[in-house]
Amino acid sequence: MFGYYIDLALRSLKHNRVLTGLMVLAIAVGIGASMTTLTVMHLLSGDPLPGKSATLFYPQLDPDTSVASSHSQPTDVMDYRSAMDLWSAHRADRQTIVVDSDLKVTAPDANVPPLMMTMLSTTADFFPMFDVPFQYGSGWSDDDDARRSRVAIISASLNDKLFGGANSVGRTLRLRDTDVRIIGVLKPWRPSPLFYTVRGGRFAHGDTATFYGKIEDVFVPLSSGLEINDGNFYQFNCWGMPKRTGHLIDAPCEWVAVWVQLNNAAKQADYRRFLHDYAEQQQSLGRFTHAENTRLPSLMEWLDYNGVVPSDVHLQTGLSFAFLVICLLNTVGLLLAKFLRRGGEIGVRRALGASRGAIFAQFLVEAGVVGLLGGVAGWLLTLVGLWLVRQQPTPYADMVHLDAFMFVITFALAIVVSLLAGALPALRASRMAPAFQLKAQ
Amino acid sequence: MDIKPIFSTLQRHKFTACLLIMEIALTCAIVCNAIFLIGQRLQLMQTPTGIAEHELVYVQMADISDRPDVMARTEADLAALRQVPGAKSVMLINQLPFGGSSSNMDIKLSPEQTKTTISVAQYMGENMLSTLGVHLVAGRDFRPDEFVDIDKVYAALRAGDLTAIPKPVLITQAMAERLWPGQNPLGKQLYVAQGIPLTVIGVMKELVRPNQRNNGLHYSLFNPVRMPMSSGTYYVLRCASQDREQVLRSAVVKLRKLDPNRIVLDKGTWDEMRRDYFRDDRAMAGILVSVCLALLIVTALGIVGLASFWVAQRNRSIGVRRALGATRGNILHYFQTENFLLTTMGIGLGMVLAYGINLFLIVHYEVPRLPLMYFPIGALLLWMIGQAAVLGPALRAAGVPPVVATRSV
Repeated sequence: MFGYYIDLALRSLKHNRVLTGLMVLAIAVGIGASMTTLTVMHLLSGDPLPGKSATLFYPQLDPDTSVASSHSQPTDVMDYRSAMDLWSAHRADRQTIVVDSDLKVTAPDANVPPLMMTMLSTTADFFPMFDVPFQYGSGWSDDDDARRSRVAIISASLNDKLFGGANSVGRTLRLRDTDVRIIGVLKPWRPSPLFYTVRGGRFAHGDTATFYGKIEDVFVPLSSGLEINDGNFYQFNCWGMPKRTGHLIDAPCEWVAVWVQLNNAAKQADYRRFLHDYAEQQQSLGRFTHAENTRLPSLMEWLDYNGVVPSDVHLQTGLSFAFLVICLLNTVGLLLAKFLRRGGEIGVRRALGASRGAIFAQFLVEAGVVGLLGGVAGWLLTLVGLWLVRQQPTPYADMVHLDAFMFVITFALAIVVSLLAGALPALRASRMAPAFQLKAQ
Repeated sequence: MDIKPIFSTLQRHKFTACLLIMEIALTCAIVCNAIFLIGQRLQLMQTPTGIAEHELVYVQMADISDRPDVMARTEADLAALRQVPGAKSVMLINQLPFGGSSSNMDIKLSPEQTKTTISVAQYMGENMLSTLGVHLVAGRDFRPDEFVDIDKVYAALRAGDLTAIPKPVLITQAMAERLWPGQNPLGKQLYVAQGIPLTVIGVMKELVRPNQRNNGLHYSLFNPVRMPMSSGTYYVLRCASQDREQVLRSAVVKLRKLDPNRIVLDKGTWDEMRRDYFRDDRAMAGILVSVCLALLIVTALGIVGLASFWVAQRNRSIGVRRALGATRGNILHYFQTENFLLTTMGIGLGMVLAYGINLFLIVHYEVPRLPLMYFPIGALLLWMIGQAAVLGPALRAAGVPPVVATRSV
């Protein structure tokens, strides 16, 4: 029966090509617009480390002593001393400190002019903790952190730029005036967002596209990085004057971030207590004034708190779904016009024994066929839409692609929309009185 | 024309009529809000900045601030840039209007105050009025002897020695009006950091901030502080607008000649900087325009489809009316009036919806209230679209010959 309905549907759709074209176009445009924005939304609001993110946490303290009344929130990042205390306590399964800075990079044995690059100074746990993929070599050890080893790990893109993608482990890189040995090269890695540097979202007024930038090009042990690029570190905020600009180790400034991995609920509770006790202890030592102000959000909670998805993207998604609703209403109207015109055909079929359900099914199948055609055209329009997004100069443009999941969603959405649109018209068509229709002929 | 028969006809097609009304209402609501948002972005993109926008080029170099001779080297750079043919004025500035990232200062009106009154963009650099082309509306420019090197300011701040900090500042009119509405701001004191007093000596007409446009677009001040070549600072050259490319090229050549190993981080005309700053807004405005157009087209097609259906359905009754003496014009007007009525109902509902959507946007996206003038714009658009869409089917209806009435009974 289903095959017969499909045949009937195709005949009917061929019969009035203009109306069919209009319906398919309406669904296609609606699907194209909403799938384009939904794909961007899916990409930007997704989990940067699926399967792992639930065990990653972002400890927050309030080392700012300059204000009398308590802040409503702890500071976004922390001072060096607090970060070092938390890190060296080793109370979590893994813990790392991250801080970004810019510096001049040259490769003495590569014929490339000096480059300005961003360097991430971090600790050994960073790589296993965030599942960072290596192409060549591996990360450094805790020992390298302690000994201030002059070693570095570089990104795939820097390796391509300097060494043409060859295995560069063992070669030398000059970071500002210091030579370091390359011990690892990463595979292309593009977490979305660049979660471990996310901060300050509450001050961004929804202008958060910069959270989706590329990873740093050079990674060095924190202890080495602080020496190599001394004088070039930026504070997130200071509540007193640093002794020397860009040298923040002993300054009353927040500028480094700590991440910890806590594998189960008991450890998470323990760490929360540890964090609280640490703040209390610092307050009794006179270093803190707002000890009660500690938090331990999980990775996804931290991203939510920072409102990482840009407000323009939210707006576009809302807009395109409103657009889809209008296309849906439009299709309901057109289907209604199409179905009710066929009173004669319905009358004959009913008179020959087709039940109401059969008529309903027949017209619903016809609506579904329209939806499928609309889905194909909508998929093509989505590809065009995503291509347009990729032409935009936004930081996340290079990541925007239709994955298998969103591909399936495209067709599912098209068919659901067309069935929704077809349900009422099909119901009305199945309710028509056959005798009256036949008489009118 | 009597609209009663139209109503009684619509009564028999309640469902389809409601559908059309809903579609028009939604379209109207979204188009009203979208046009408003487009207008907002366009207005922002045309904000007057208070500087000589088309006469500026900039070069940003990699940091050399940790060298002891940085001040001397900066002076040498500036001297070289002054030699660039076509350059009228040259300066080193810590940040540029619409430059994207900014350094800001919290301002208080009294030293005891605990909460900040406003946060303003803090510009620093020598030779600013003539280079940027900022206009003073009151007071005077800084005297050369008022400028202090930034490392001396830092040293003074660390030592807690307030006398070495330069006190005079220039502020914008917008900032003066916010701090002291209706008063003469010259000679007034404002307080920064832990109660350091600064004195207003001049008022700039306009000077837009580098970013943070939601915190007062024109809240900016100038400190008489001499900058060294450090990260984030820009060399700015002012020249005739047709000379910009030439001046930029020779400026880079001059700087490279002084030290071939330095890295040029960024360079360009200020107009390009502005274009970059607004690229997301431009993209968003483009998206909104295309969505509006697509919406109006889809709605128009919907009207065409339904109107065609109605005309076909009423073929015989049109024939009867024609046979009973109705003119082609009567039939045409009938369908046009019908569409007008439906569109008007849709618009009425759409206005309410538009207001609702606007309220939602106000709460979630810091959008201002929708001005009333956007309602008639939306209404007019939809009336026009409706009439244009119904014209084809209505003409077809008018073309139905009276003889149809006698056929196929």
